[in-house]
Amino acid sequence: MKTLADLQAIRESKLQELHNRREHDGPRVVVGMATCGIAAGARPVLQAFMSEIAKSDLKDVMIQQMGCIGMCRLEPIVEIFRGSEDKVTYVHMTPDKVARVVSEHLVNGRPVMEYTIGAAEQH
Amino acid sequence: MREISLHILDIAQNSVAAGAKQIDIQVAADTAADALHIRISDDGCGMDETKVKRVVSPFTTARKTRCVGMGLPLLKMRADQSGGGLSISSRVGVGTVVEATFGLNHIDRAPMGDLPGTMVALVAGNPGIRWLLSATCDGRTFSCDTDEIKAVLGDNVALNVPKVLDWLQDYLKQGLQTIYGGVRI
Repeated sequence: MKTLADLQAIRESKLQELHNRREHDGPRVVVGMATCGIAAGARPVLQAFMSEIAKSDLKDVMIQQMGCIGMCRLEPIVEIFRGSEDKVTYVHMTPDKVARVVSEHLVNGRPVMEYTIGAAEQH
Repeated sequence: MREISLHILDIAQNSVAAGAKQIDIQVAADTAADALHIRISDDGCGMDETKVKRVVSPFTTARKTRCVGMGLPLLKMRADQSGGGLSISSRVGVGTVVEATFGLNHIDRAPMGDLPGTMVALVAGNPGIRWLLSATCDGRTFSCDTDEIKAVLGDNVALNVPKVLDWLQDYLKQGLQTIYGGVRI
């Protein structure tokens, strides 16, 4: 049975969502961290993003994680969301590729096309 | 997976998916007993008895993209290979405990690897969860509690700020070095 308390809880959670959204408008770097991603080397990729972002002093970038999105053969997968732009999906990521993604995409706003899923699927 | 710490990262993701608010990771090396224990316990939704029996099968998974899940079966294989084993106990609504034992000096035991990296990846992805790490080696202990870090940071600085995570990684590295005496386990 639904109660008024449930309604209250829904309201609170929506308020929190709005609050979170206002709090964070910066880019999000989302790393696939399911078994397939981890086995393919997602952890060092996440660590590389962390240290590159800390080094570049990008204050509003957030690192997050996601589960398996069903393309295990392309792991490690990293998705980058920037404001209202379309998300960019990087595949077969390695720590070596991270510095370029951070400087070109996160700092200068130009996705590194050759690392994206679009480029990978053409071969 | 080449490192035990990668298995820890993987198994802890199950706890995250179970909606845990507190996840406790314990790593204990005991040279006298020639054993390495890892224990991941959470206060998530838990599983009933039949599910506990099924989870070590690779054909059990909660995901919807595919019907195989390799996390626990791979860990079981790793533990069995080194003369140890895996045990899971769980109660619905209470939580789950996954314990794995490895032969410390067994030739087929995977190295621990980058445990600080595992913790940082977990905290980065799930800053709302209280993470506890406790590592012991022959009586020496190092522990870390993200609530203590949060208390220092205050309300306005989040745990998953890259600079904070970078600090956390070095802090854990140093802490673990002191108990293992620089030896890589």
